Amino acid sequence: MTGWVSSRRWGEDDKVDTMDMKKRYARNFQSISLSEQALLADTRVCVVGLGGLGGGVVEMLARIGIGTLDLVDGDVFDETNLNRQLLSTEQGIGTSKARAARERVAAINSTVKVHDFHAFLNRENAHEIMGSAHVVVDCLDSIGSRFLLQDLARSRGIPLVSGAIAGTSGQVTVIYPEDPGFQLIYGDPRGHQAEGIEKQLGNLPHCALLVASLQCSEVIKVVLGNGEVLRNRLLICDLMTNTFEVMELV
Amino acid sequence: MININLNFFATLRSFLPDSPKNMEIPEGTCVKDLVAEFGIPETDVKLIFINGKKQLPSYELKHNDRVGIFPPVGGG
Repeated sequence: MTGWVSSRRWGEDDKVDTMDMKKRYARNFQSISLSEQALLADTRVCVVGLGGLGGGVVEMLARIGIGTLDLVDGDVFDETNLNRQLLSTEQGIGTSKARAARERVAAINSTVKVHDFHAFLNRENAHEIMGSAHVVVDCLDSIGSRFLLQDLARSRGIPLVSGAIAGTSGQVTVIYPEDPGFQLIYGDPRGHQAEGIEKQLGNLPHCALLVASLQCSEVIKVVLGNGEVLRNRLLICDLMTNTFEVMELV
Repeated sequence: MININLNFFATLRSFLPDSPKNMEIPEGTCVKDLVAEFGIPETDVKLIFINGKKQLPSYELKHNDRVGIFPPVGGG
């Protein structure tokens, strides 16, 4: 399987960039090769939802060296976000999550191009927001909005890496445009529940960041075309019992 | 009678019997019968996995099956 993004190698023209990149990403090598690092730099990822999952995903994708990030959330921070959302701060209560994400990426990796959208994704703004992405990351917080995101990614031929959490439980899957996707997990989209058990169990920081890490791992594998991707499979974890299982969905 | 290994996740854990790893049930029992027996609301049963593969509530359980039931998870 080849990566989702066409490959390129850094040449003589990139000498200055290469020197900078070799230092910045020194600890990425040898797990990631120089040519793979260049591929990450040529990749554009859209992260939808900048809460518990999205904050962790943005932090890790910026640090590993994804070249362009489209960051989407129409919400502002409130006090209930502070327990788990990396982008939230006491000073930032009432301010835009998308703006905080842009500022965080700029602070940790200024080589990353960022497009921040203080908006909720819908059919009208989808083309502008995610039309150029190679991969979309689902960090949303409701089941209904996940079905919409799946439709929008599918119609544009973009693979979707999805994560969801509740209490000490989480799940991750990867949906390519031709895959059945969420219907296998949540059932018929017309009859699904708008919310899951997170309304009873809340969301914990260690579970959110664990699932965010698993999502980033899938993004990198999709882009580089290596490893085993969770396509038509669902990784389920339950930290209360230390259960980690990969289930076959088809 | 046959024996199965039961695992309920998250909010469903409270429905687990005392010895879930070696539970004895009558032959011919389906997953939906188990769900009814334990009094689990049907809307809370979103994913049924038997030996790591997704199955329907009508699946008839076999000896030594490993059963996992997962509720809907949508938070972020």
